[in-house]
Amino acid sequence: MTLLPLISRRLLQLPGVLAGICVVTFMLLHLAPGDPARLLAGDRASAETIAAIRHQNGLDQPLWQQFITYVANLLAGDIGQSLRFQRPVSALIHQFMWPTLFLTGYVVLLAVPPTIMLAIASARRPGGVADQIIRVLGIAGLTIPVFWLAIMMSRFFGAGLGWFPVSGYGQGFFGHLHHLFLPALSTSIWLVPVLTQSLRAALIEKTTADFVTTARAQGAGEGEIFWRTILPNAVLPTLNLLGVMVAFLIGGTIIVETVYAVPGLGALMIGSLLGRDYYVVQGLTLTFALATVIITLVVDLLTAFIDPRVRL
Amino acid sequence: MRHVKILFETLRSVRLTGPMLAAAAILGGWFLVALTANFIAPHDPDAIDIVHMLGAPSAEHWFGTDQVGRDVFSRVLHASRVDLLLCVVGVLPPLLIGTTLGLLSGYFGGVVDVIFMRIYDLTAAFPFFVLVLAIVGVLGPGLSNFIIALALVGWVTYARLVRAEVLVVKESEYIQAAQCLGFSQPAILLHHVLPNVMGSIIAYGVSDAVLVMLAGASFGFIGMGAQPPLAEWGVMIADGQSFVLQAWWICFFPGLAAISLGLGFAFLGDGLGQLQRAQAS
Repeated sequence: MTLLPLISRRLLQLPGVLAGICVVTFMLLHLAPGDPARLLAGDRASAETIAAIRHQNGLDQPLWQQFITYVANLLAGDIGQSLRFQRPVSALIHQFMWPTLFLTGYVVLLAVPPTIMLAIASARRPGGVADQIIRVLGIAGLTIPVFWLAIMMSRFFGAGLGWFPVSGYGQGFFGHLHHLFLPALSTSIWLVPVLTQSLRAALIEKTTADFVTTARAQGAGEGEIFWRTILPNAVLPTLNLLGVMVAFLIGGTIIVETVYAVPGLGALMIGSLLGRDYYVVQGLTLTFALATVIITLVVDLLTAFIDPRVRL
Repeated sequence: MRHVKILFETLRSVRLTGPMLAAAAILGGWFLVALTANFIAPHDPDAIDIVHMLGAPSAEHWFGTDQVGRDVFSRVLHASRVDLLLCVVGVLPPLLIGTTLGLLSGYFGGVVDVIFMRIYDLTAAFPFFVLVLAIVGVLGPGLSNFIIALALVGWVTYARLVRAEVLVVKESEYIQAAQCLGFSQPAILLHHVLPNVMGSIIAYGVSDAVLVMLAGASFGFIGMGAQPPLAEWGVMIADGQSFVLQAWWICFFPGLAAISLGLGFAFLGDGLGQLQRAQAS
């Protein structure tokens, strides 16, 4: 199998990126001008508290030694300790992770079908009426502030009409589905335009590909060409779309979770930022970066697995 | 100066389409509003009037009043100064830094280019919003720190775009001709390469203004950007969130304003991008 060299090449790039992520998240805390111990302790802390925090977190050691401790802790699975909750960050992430994962999956389920339909409708006749309308709607959709849309939807569909709960996570699978519908819908409305644009571009690129010309030369009808030649070739771009989505999704859910009071990682992130719980911020940034890297990697490997050309 | 001239000639040769004209009109309108907010706003944006708090839209208060009786319409107008300025100050530093580094790394290649590509890989590993959020969190909430964080993270996208364009332009005959004629490297970069990538940068920068404005409003909304009582659309929406059941207008109108400004930038950027692609092909 020629897959093996590809996988190993891709995996070999990984340590560099991971090391980079460690450096960036480590430097995050030392980025602020002044003393990180004072930052952790807050403005009103006494000199003794600051000294205690400095000593407790090893901030009195030289920078390189702190970095080595940080990396060693990471390798041991310790991504820090929350000052606010007095618990390990990993335990917090474990606790807050499920609503976010559920919401993310929900958004993907809600966003992918309309994306595929809209992109196909656009790409069937580029420049046609349908394409123009979808394009304009897509550009307009990108300009809507997600948090505003979320507030307005919770006001009218939640509080006004009483169809959906406006906050929280609910009990059980169907409770989650019911509670997270509005958050997922608000995120999807903003995500669909981004995805449609990139899938449309991929589909149109395929319509000018040589194999389409060949099919046409062999006398295949336009409908047959579209459904049997172009569309299967667009599966890969759709898969790659999932990779593109991750970063957008994480950013989008952070805000939406805050609006709908969903107890997820985004709400934890914002709460920690406002509560100056910087080790949690650091740990979450690391986790989000790791998630992005892993999903991109999986998408790349899947692409290679499905598409023999990538392996060449 | 020469570049300014080229820029103006490019702009003059641009045939404006309908959507682009509409977009330019929206942007021009907001620009005027921002300049004259002091004169055209019917009320003092910060004047508290408890007697008329949470008032519905009326002839006196077109967009209603908020929880302390401030006129929402006047505040929306005044906030346009902050949000419009945010678009400019948020886009220009990453654009300038990214363009410079992208030009150098694309044109000269070598070690600089390798280092740059590693930085790009690394930045791509972080979700944009998370990284900016974390940096602002550590530096401290506020508009200036938001701008700094945006510059720290945002330049990479511009540099990558410019680098890709430079790699193509570098191989063109006119650059080879300039090299054969013995022009100095800085002269080639500034007078031959840069003018040919400027169009894409501007088109991207205008579209980027939408994202910057939305990010700025989002940061204001979660309390990490503009700080109350400063009138900013995101801050206003956050202010109104607790009262949305009794007074939807406090949230509704600032969002509408943000959308309209966003539409201006989005359609202008889209039009410029299309022209760019049409010229290229």
